[in-house]
Amino acid sequence: MKPTDIAAPDYFHKVVDCQWACPAHTPVPEYIRLIAQGRYSDAYMINWKSNVFPGILGRTCDRPCEPACRRGRVEETPVAICRLKRVAADFKDDITQRLPRPAAKNGKRIALVGGGPASLTVARDLAPLGYHCTVFDADPQAGGMMRSQIPKFRLPNSVIDEETGYVLGLGVEFKGGHRIDSMKALLAEKYDAIFVGSGAPRGRELDIPGRKEAAANIHIGIEWLANVSFGHVEKIGKRVIVLGGGNTAMDCCRTARRLGGESVKVVVRSGFEEMKASPWEKEDAIHEDIPILNYMVPVAFKHVAGKLIGVTFQQVKAEYDAKGRRNLVPSGEPDQTIPCDDVLVAVGQENAFPWIEQDCGIEFDKWHMPKVDQKTFVSTNPKVFFGGDAAFGPKNIIWAVAHGHDAAMSIHRLLSGEDINERPLPDVQVSSQKMGIHEWSYDNDISNDKRYKVPHRDKVVALKDIRAEVELGYDVKLALGEAHRCLNCDVQTVFSTSLCIECDACADICPMDCITFTNNGEEDDLRTRLKAPSPHPDQDLYVSSDLKTGRVMVKDEDVCLHCGLCAERCPTGAWDMQKYLIEMTHAGSSCPTKSRSAA
Amino acid sequence: MTYIAKPKFQHPGLKKNDLGYTHRDYEGKVSTLCAGCGHDSITASIIEACYELSIEPHRVAKISGIGCSSKTPDYFLGNSHGFNSVHGRMPSVLTGANLANRDLIYLGVSGDGDSASIGFGQFAHSIRRGVNMTYIVENNGVYGLTKGQFSATADRGSKSKKGVTNTDNAIDLVAIALQLGATFVARSFSGDKTQLVPLIAAAIRHKGASFIDVISPCIAFNNHAGSTKSFDYVREHNDAVNRLDVLVGRDPIAVDYAPGTVQVVEQHDGSKLALRKLDADYDPHDRLGAQTFLARHAAKGQIVTGLLYVDPDAEDLHEHLNTVETPLNTLEADTLCPGSAALDKFNASLR
Repeated sequence: MKPTDIAAPDYFHKVVDCQWACPAHTPVPEYIRLIAQGRYSDAYMINWKSNVFPGILGRTCDRPCEPACRRGRVEETPVAICRLKRVAADFKDDITQRLPRPAAKNGKRIALVGGGPASLTVARDLAPLGYHCTVFDADPQAGGMMRSQIPKFRLPNSVIDEETGYVLGLGVEFKGGHRIDSMKALLAEKYDAIFVGSGAPRGRELDIPGRKEAAANIHIGIEWLANVSFGHVEKIGKRVIVLGGGNTAMDCCRTARRLGGESVKVVVRSGFEEMKASPWEKEDAIHEDIPILNYMVPVAFKHVAGKLIGVTFQQVKAEYDAKGRRNLVPSGEPDQTIPCDDVLVAVGQENAFPWIEQDCGIEFDKWHMPKVDQKTFVSTNPKVFFGGDAAFGPKNIIWAVAHGHDAAMSIHRLLSGEDINERPLPDVQVSSQKMGIHEWSYDNDISNDKRYKVPHRDKVVALKDIRAEVELGYDVKLALGEAHRCLNCDVQTVFSTSLCIECDACADICPMDCITFTNNGEEDDLRTRLKAPSPHPDQDLYVSSDLKTGRVMVKDEDVCLHCGLCAERCPTGAWDMQKYLIEMTHAGSSCPTKSRSAA
Repeated sequence: MTYIAKPKFQHPGLKKNDLGYTHRDYEGKVSTLCAGCGHDSITASIIEACYELSIEPHRVAKISGIGCSSKTPDYFLGNSHGFNSVHGRMPSVLTGANLANRDLIYLGVSGDGDSASIGFGQFAHSIRRGVNMTYIVENNGVYGLTKGQFSATADRGSKSKKGVTNTDNAIDLVAIALQLGATFVARSFSGDKTQLVPLIAAAIRHKGASFIDVISPCIAFNNHAGSTKSFDYVREHNDAVNRLDVLVGRDPIAVDYAPGTVQVVEQHDGSKLALRKLDADYDPHDRLGAQTFLARHAAKGQIVTGLLYVDPDAEDLHEHLNTVETPLNTLEADTLCPGSAALDKFNASLR
């Protein structure tokens, strides 16, 4: 293999698995260290800069970072990154002084359709640069789906108010209760750019017999959740069936439990394991005495005299074809009817753009989705950008934030007369953490603690009050324990070939057998000759240039604990622990415009 | 030294030996030696050899004297028996322990100061008695604990870190061991684990006095130009006569080498050593030849490494003394002291 080019910004970025996996690339280990030091406000600001809604995400994020966390490859469970983010939000001081000041306007006007996370991110990035941002939303308050669809027992209004408030406080104009009905009319108002962050607002229908007849007791999940959020719905029948296996279904069933549903069941077509809902959301539902029945396909709503009495299901099993694709085929068991008073349908969401006229210069594809560039988020109309669920279909908040940053960058470049396809390089800093012979500016003593559980409100109390937040968050002590579990994957092992005397000290001390001195070879061959097996080829090998004996140093990045013992035991300083900090460029960063190689 | 404990986490895919242990289970405490010390590599090699042999740690007694090398038993086999003896007295303590309990595996760890100076006599007598042990000298040619004075194994003409030339003749412990009748003699280098690990494993399996001289650069005081025990010097002047590639049990050896290049040595316990010849003329069964070979190459400044001599049919001290099979420390009092009637009978036999 060729010597690894550690100067390429992506090489070490990939080693910070959590940050690499995060769509917004939040520097996770950096803020977790600050939490461990009790610097909650600093930790919050790092998050705020990167993902705009730390308090909201710390409660609701889909956490792509956690399955990626290296700790999960070393022991059973990853670091509770998401809940540590909430700690920063919970314990911070007043940070208003640290926010950007509303800037002098530069005369350019941006219209943002929808007041959810994507639009607010664009506004957050552009308002401090002097753009006049106007956010339109049909609802009276900002927040979009964060406010309407996520139940208050998971995300209290106070958190949404605070964090949407930080954005609107930057001098962003918010027009609540103002639905945009016509793109043409909006274009006619001569905004310099338009951003569409209107989400995926339509719940998918379930057209099976009895749907129309029993309509009074069949509710579309996201609409019902919104009605609950805004206080239009306050109760539901005692026996409730929730159809669907995503996170919306989990929110529906738990909400139903709090509005009078005594016997609430979730019924899914697929197997329990393949459900789209996050494992922890399924856990929370089960904890609230909600059974999840799987491999059952709804075939009819049963009704008597216009009143719903139950749902009939066909029982299926999973069969896999030669290509490994799953098919659900009837299992041959008799159909089953489950009696109920109400049904909540949460079988998916769809985009809907009835308000965008055909002749706006915005092209749609055969799935009725706008044609949007994956990198710049521009539509076929060079002044109109899309982001969040509106761009590529339903995802989640953190993706919406990531889209928002990229779209804001495009808008800023467009309005500054620059090519929007050229993206500035991220800002990368690499600095040695050496403080003394065996002292580092980070805590390299690895904690053996298991993942700490987040305290929950007592179930009886929680189920009585739909606004009582179930998760209470870590206290300072639990947060400290959990923060210590972080392996500091951003503190990189950096190797200098010229200093190495091949004494083997690093290979001997490495607790994870990551380091091997051997003859060079092709990657496939080299991976078979390492000190320990190399089961994850997606994890890079760090290969040195030729050493004095003709061998090379090969380090498998896979399960490195970043404990720094290789550097402590190295007599010549050939190993050093260097903190790698990558900051993604947002609109207004003054980096040289060179195209990035990847990511 | 390192102040934090080595993390308990280990690679999830580590292989286990026949006992279900990984090599991490054979570790001891974290080393307090200087970073980069050759001794730490020898420690790692002992760990690897014991892991590969699936040795039960409680069957090992590790015994040492005084010096940097003699600290190392604390860093491996944390679940074994150990005795850190007086300076130079490791061989005597080991001999005594061996006599009391012949069932344990004896690992004597010493240094050039401990074995070639203050304990030179002890070293000599344990070898010539044929004590069943693996005697490892971690040889760096200097007194590291007292800041790098020449030791008795420092080559004449080599330079100290301050530039002083050594005018004394060197003791070659391998030559002495051969001359005193050791039945397994090897030399290796801490920077070459592929050579060292099989040698240690073979020495442990050898019944009789096994001696391994391991050149181990002192990173603090003897790794400079002018030293003959530095990483660079040893790598440049290393003349390996053979490579011990595999050590197998009673199964037939399946190693594919050109005919005539591999020599199979069967030891007393049935284990086999597959020796790949690097020097076609070298015969590891020829004690006299080995001594001459060694002397000739030493004169040229070359460091001969590999398995230099092995007597597969060696006897040990217990056979010489005709002791009982049962370890003495497990014999009951009435067996050890059968009473005055037995004494009278014995005395009568001598009249």
